[in-house]
Amino acid sequence: MKCDFCDTKATVFLTQLVEGQMKKVCLCDACAKDRGVTDPTGFSLADLLLGGLPGGPGAAPVTPVAGTTAGNGRKCETCGFTLEDLRRVRRFGCSDCYPTFADEVTQMVRGMHKGTSHVGKVPEGLMAQQYRHQRIEELQSRLDQAIASESYEEAAGIRDEIRNLDEVNP
Amino acid sequence: MMRFSTLIKHPADWMAGSQGDQGAVLTSRIRLARNLRRHPFPGWAKRDQRAAALDLMRPAIEALPAMKDAFSHELGDLSPVQKQVLVERHLISREHAARSEGSAAVIERRQTFSLMLNEEDHLRMQAIRPGLQLTAAFEALSELDTELEDSLEFAFDPTLGYLTTCPTNLGTGLRASAMLHLPGLVLSDQIGQVLQAVNKIGLAVRGLYGEGTESLGNLYQISNQSTLGESEETIIRRLERVISQVSNHEGNAREKLMEDDPDMVSDKIGRAYGVLRHAHLIDSKEALNHLSLLRLGGTLEFFPPETVMLCDSLLMDIQPAHLQLHSGRKLSPEERDSIRAEIVRSRLQSLESPDNRKPSNDDRKISEPPNPGDA
Repeated sequence: MKCDFCDTKATVFLTQLVEGQMKKVCLCDACAKDRGVTDPTGFSLADLLLGGLPGGPGAAPVTPVAGTTAGNGRKCETCGFTLEDLRRVRRFGCSDCYPTFADEVTQMVRGMHKGTSHVGKVPEGLMAQQYRHQRIEELQSRLDQAIASESYEEAAGIRDEIRNLDEVNP
Repeated sequence: MMRFSTLIKHPADWMAGSQGDQGAVLTSRIRLARNLRRHPFPGWAKRDQRAAALDLMRPAIEALPAMKDAFSHELGDLSPVQKQVLVERHLISREHAARSEGSAAVIERRQTFSLMLNEEDHLRMQAIRPGLQLTAAFEALSELDTELEDSLEFAFDPTLGYLTTCPTNLGTGLRASAMLHLPGLVLSDQIGQVLQAVNKIGLAVRGLYGEGTESLGNLYQISNQSTLGESEETIIRRLERVISQVSNHEGNAREKLMEDDPDMVSDKIGRAYGVLRHAHLIDSKEALNHLSLLRLGGTLEFFPPETVMLCDSLLMDIQPAHLQLHSGRKLSPEERDSIRAEIVRSRLQSLESPDNRKPSNDDRKISEPPNPGDA
């Protein structure tokens, strides 16, 4: 049997339920490795099928899910933790992994907790900074309104206020 | 620096006395997870990176006024028995006990605060209090946390809150839990129903030693699961409300048992008393289950009220590592059972049989079981 992606002899055969239907994919060694199939936890046949199997069902109209198959090889600059590591252990390598794998974090956190954004204690030093960010956002929307209603004098005042707050920001 | 023997010699503050509410709530615990910004988390860090994180945290923690003269040791310096004793006292986790070099435990003198360094997160801080005191425990620990912020930069994100190794702890990094003694609900077959209801509102129920441990001695831990999207106060308030309700149910169940089936209750407590007073070989499971009934007897006036405290300290002292520490050597399971029985017998030596105990109402016949409703 031939590989579904190239004409080499297939050595890896996968069967999985996708949307209630049994799907089978045959791959050669190289293609299997390329698509992360050898890592059992990190691989979903759905991604493979939906993500452009030649002539496969839904290959054309469906865009690949962001950060799944496309994200292979992504790595945290600070600690070297990779997407594969994350999929294997479901934990993170350091605090900078969170922005690095932001999409995966969003997916993991959904349904895990009562909410998706933090309410509660904030480290004291950050409190002032957070307040400033919030204030700038508020001012920004007031500025947009002022410009929209052509009250340029007010807009100038707001713009100065934003500038002042921005300057404090290190 | 405080020695292990000094730390362990005295019962912890939180072991000495769960008051009120018929002693259904033994202890309240608060845990906060914190990590250093940009340092690899302990499970991912290389040996020298772990050491670097430890070298940053340990002096900062030891310098806290609350941690003056604290017990502070690297886990590699402690023997397996010493580590196990700390686990049995709930001062470190089982996971932490499995670590050695590069991880440390800093425990406040009276054992009200204990900090695990390089556990799953860089810092796991815990405060324990007797009875239902989650708010007080949180306030004390939060103060400690705020003080640490002056010298350590914790990983924090405005949206995700405190960043943790495992996303299940994101946000507040808070785990609040209480240990409950629920023999009334178990004896009246209501426990399943109550625990299911607790589970349904998103709280976790576990056995004596946390995740995956079985419930012994009718002891249960109730804790929050969600850490993100609600403030510490909201989480704690809900937990306190639920725990008070469970504790009330427990009180009602005990009263009802005494009304409906006093013989059954007297029989259970009497048998437990008999076994504990006279056994020469007793394993920890059997001992825990009988001590649980003795404790129940303490709240139902079968025994003097201080019996509750006596049971609580025995609960700790009959655990395997505590026994080995007490004997100063490694013990075979048979030896443990014998020494355990000996300790229990000697501690209960002066505890009068419930049959000899005069009920508080003078006109009541001695053979009649005491009724807490009349007290």
